[in-house]
Amino acid sequence: MPTKTFPGRYSSLADIAIFIRQAAEEAGLEGFAIYAVETAVDEACSNIIEHGYQGQETGEILCTTLTDNKGLTIILEDGGRPFDPSSVPDPQLDVSLDERKAHGLGLFFMRQLMDEVTFSTRGPINVLTMVKHTEHKTE
Amino acid sequence: MEIETTQYKHCDLVKVNGRVDSATSPKLAEALTAITEQGRFRIVVDFSGVQFLSSAGLRALINAQKTCKRYNRGEVVLCALPANIAAAVELAGFNSIFRIFDDPLMAVGYF
Repeated sequence: MPTKTFPGRYSSLADIAIFIRQAAEEAGLEGFAIYAVETAVDEACSNIIEHGYQGQETGEILCTTLTDNKGLTIILEDGGRPFDPSSVPDPQLDVSLDERKAHGLGLFFMRQLMDEVTFSTRGPINVLTMVKHTEHKTE
Repeated sequence: MEIETTQYKHCDLVKVNGRVDSATSPKLAEALTAITEQGRFRIVVDFSGVQFLSSAGLRALINAQKTCKRYNRGEVVLCALPANIAAAVELAGFNSIFRIFDDPLMAVGYF
C-alpha cells in the first residue's frame, strides 16, 4: 500500500502522474485504462489545489494506492475546504459552442473514467476514493 | 511543456509538446492569445508531441475557439492526436466543436 505526500500546488501534478502511472501498471492496467486513471487523479488533484486549497499553494495531498483482485484503488486525502460534488452539474456536451461552458469537465472525467468515485470526510480531512477495475483493461 | 508557433500565410501552427495540465495550460492559453491578439484567428494545434491533456488544456482550447469563431473570422482546428488524447477529446464532446485532422499538413491545407 504505497503512500506518498505531495505539496498542494500545480507543479506537483507531473510527479503525481508518475506515481499513479506506476501504480496503474503494477495493478495490471493497460493502454487507455492507465491514461484514464492518470486523468482522473490529475483532475481530482487540480480540484483540490484550486478549490480545496484555494490556489494558495498551502497544504498537502496524501496519495495512497492499493491493488486487490478488484483492481486499483486510489485514495486522495487533503485538509482543504470540503467539496460537495452535488454542487457541480454535469457539463452539457451537446450544446453549441457559445453555450458550452469551459468549466465542469474535471468531475465529469473522474466519473466517466473511473468505476467508483466516492467523496467522504474524516474529521477535517477530505477523502476521495476512486477505483478502476482491472477487467476494463482494454477500455 | 514546450510550444513552438509557426506563422503561415493563411494560418498559425501551434505545436505543443509534453504535458498539458493545470500547471502548464496557462502557457498554452497565452500562446493562443498571442496569436489572436495579432488579429490572426485561423489556428492549427498540433498534438503529436502531447503526452497528456487535462480539462485545463481543453478549457484553453474552447476559449480560443470562442474567440476565433466570433464574427466568423476564423477557427481553431486540431491535428495529430495520439490515441489517448483523441479518446479524452471525444469524451469531452469536443468532436462537435473542433475539426480534427490526421496530420499538420492536412490541417494547414484546410485554411
